[in-house]
Amino acid sequence: MSAAEPHTASLSITVTPPDERHEQAKPASQSWFIAKLNPVSRFICPLFMSLPLFFTLDVVSGSIQFGVVLILLWIGGINPLVVMRRTWPVWWGAFFGFITIAMYGRTGGTIYCSWGAVTISDGSLYIACATFLRVAAIAVPSVMFMLDLDPTDLADGLVQILHLSPRFVYGGLAGIRMFTLLQEDWRALGLSRRSRGLGDGNAVARMFSQAFGLLVLSIRRATKLATAMEARGFGSDTERSQARVSQLHTIDWIAYVVSIIIPLTAVGIAIATGNWHSPLRGA
Amino acid sequence: MNNRTQFEQPAPVGVEARDWGWRHSTRKDFALRHVNLTIRPGERVLLLGSSGAGKSTFMAAMAGVLGSDDEGESEGELTIDGMDVRSARGKAGLVLQDPDSQIILERAGDDAAFACENLGIPRAQIWQRVREALDIVGLESLELTHSTRHLSGGQRQRLALADVLAMRPGLLLLDEPTANLDPEGVKEVHDAVKHVVESTGQTMVVVEHHIDVWLDLVDRVIVLGTAGDSGNNEGGVLADGTPDEVFSTMGDVLAQGGAWVPGRNIPDYRAGHAPEQDSIHFQAASSTLTASLDPDEPVLQCRDLSFGRGTALGTGVNLDFYPGTIYALMGPNGAGKSTLALTLAGLLKPLAGHVTIAPSLAPKPNHLEPFSWKSRQLLGRIGMVFQEPEHQFAANTVRDEVAIGPKSMGKTQEEAYAIADEMLERMNLTRFAVGNPYTLSGGEKRRLSVASMLAAAPHILIMDEPTFGQDFRTWSEMVKLIAGIRDLGCTVIMVTHDEPLVESLGATAIHFKPTSHDERKA
Repeated sequence: MSAAEPHTASLSITVTPPDERHEQAKPASQSWFIAKLNPVSRFICPLFMSLPLFFTLDVVSGSIQFGVVLILLWIGGINPLVVMRRTWPVWWGAFFGFITIAMYGRTGGTIYCSWGAVTISDGSLYIACATFLRVAAIAVPSVMFMLDLDPTDLADGLVQILHLSPRFVYGGLAGIRMFTLLQEDWRALGLSRRSRGLGDGNAVARMFSQAFGLLVLSIRRATKLATAMEARGFGSDTERSQARVSQLHTIDWIAYVVSIIIPLTAVGIAIATGNWHSPLRGA
Repeated sequence: MNNRTQFEQPAPVGVEARDWGWRHSTRKDFALRHVNLTIRPGERVLLLGSSGAGKSTFMAAMAGVLGSDDEGESEGELTIDGMDVRSARGKAGLVLQDPDSQIILERAGDDAAFACENLGIPRAQIWQRVREALDIVGLESLELTHSTRHLSGGQRQRLALADVLAMRPGLLLLDEPTANLDPEGVKEVHDAVKHVVESTGQTMVVVEHHIDVWLDLVDRVIVLGTAGDSGNNEGGVLADGTPDEVFSTMGDVLAQGGAWVPGRNIPDYRAGHAPEQDSIHFQAASSTLTASLDPDEPVLQCRDLSFGRGTALGTGVNLDFYPGTIYALMGPNGAGKSTLALTLAGLLKPLAGHVTIAPSLAPKPNHLEPFSWKSRQLLGRIGMVFQEPEHQFAANTVRDEVAIGPKSMGKTQEEAYAIADEMLERMNLTRFAVGNPYTLSGGEKRRLSVASMLAAAPHILIMDEPTFGQDFRTWSEMVKLIAGIRDLGCTVIMVTHDEPLVESLGATAIHFKPTSHDERKA
């Protein structure tokens, strides 16, 4: 490290080499089981799991499904503590749902507290608990299945398994990559405004001016990207071949079966124990 | 370099233009017109012309990406290998200037396979082609799953080259492929292209301001004229021949048009050397500058500075910056030059240590650290010119753009516009005063971004790559401008890998030396 030596012709500073700053390649999922699934299955499984729960609003089915999911994820390689940590936005959502319904949900049974439109009662507390559990039982597996999903692999699956239009899917995929560049643009726009003396004062007005700059930049970037893609034959009439194979394997079918059994069992137990409660009926 | 796998050779193809021209549907005038030329298979052509001559348009046309009839009007004929360019998909491979916009997928192998997929090549062949293409551009050790985000600039451009080579085109089109790279990256890409054309015999057409880079590879130079230029009958081909022929007869014309003609002297703008009639003076801006700064007192200091975004790129940095001096932050792409520049400009928080301004310039006593200031307090003290001028624009007209600084400093409307008008005059931008900043050309945008920063009369001007991707004419203007700013007594700190710029200005170079952890301990 050379100290400052004024007026010399050449100075130098030591920096970390760029290739030492790389983060490790991320696995497709923290769970060995989910990582083996086709990306398309990672959408289908949570969908299967959530559908039956829409037909009931009780504490039993939600808590059974949530418990089973936690245990299965643990077997699948993700510790429940990690699950909780990685799904924290879900818990905020569930918490605010709980508060709102507890205060404004349909009144029934003992009333604990009443203040204007706010009434907390046995009935509203029960629905609040059920809603909280249902959100957890649906959102937690959904988030865990989709975390670290590789967009390229997903695109391959959408085209080869669900037969969506490749032009649409790969065009969208390229667009997603552009967001990283736009994030950098947004940051540079913000810094430049500070440097130009426009960084104080009304944050909302500043956002609008910055957003316009971003719009112009994004159009330019998109145009360049489109040219580069077209130069490589994208969007022609030739039928596209596939460099990577996206297939469903036995493990995907196993996952589907499990994803159907879990909620059916949970709802079945709720019915058998007399806890089944149609959401349409209210409290 | 010589032991790479044998690349299966696509047959080189030729290009034929007959009175060809193109007009963008949004423009009144033709971008280029009356182009007549024949490029024979296997020729290696350097395509020149002043900015606006339609070089990139012609390259895009040969690559078949100019678009359909609703995007513009074409006239005459342009064929590749005897076929109309638009039906010759895959015959021409186009590499562009900006690596960011050419890399489409996340994994290097997938990116290289993208074009083959679009051409409908069977799967087994795709991967063979991908591996061959990566090998031939010198990326033989790159894993197919390597993330494209973690490549250096030179590596990314070589990947872009491999991406099009996997199509096995007979014609390689390179549109300023090295303009965004550091010297190391330029060499990497040059060597890769050399290896490609020598082992495949493909036809090559390259557009580049820095003629030196490609001179050893080309056997023909074609100069395009600007459509509507007086004296050359509405564009077309101005000159065509071997490099020696063209440069001996056209050297001056080319230099005027902005090309970096080989063997030209770099102007000398070191302190006290600038030719008097040539330098730019800024009375308006200088009137607010204090001439009383002690030349032996640093205006800006770093003490034990760690800089970075999150993780430290450099630690324990001590630097002093003196008035009336130009400093050049130099080093490979990705070394952290821009990050240090932003930290010095008071835009990024130092991770540790201090950046301090001379007490005589501080907004309040003991308020020496630029990052702790309000945005307005940066004005008149430290200005930052960004690499992309468009990141900086905040007004609807060029005149308002320049007036932003003075207005924020509390000047009256009249005063602010007086400064703006004077600044536009100096920068030769007056005729665009009511125009929108986004509609200017590249060189004009850059001048405007400097003008709007200078209007706030900073004592320290920090510039990120001020000469990036410019032709010789706009480059010379920028050098003159920076010398003029220095002669006002300002400190100029620029991020650059432009050696001629540093030499021309006699700047003090600050080299970024990437040193791995182990080496540092040793």
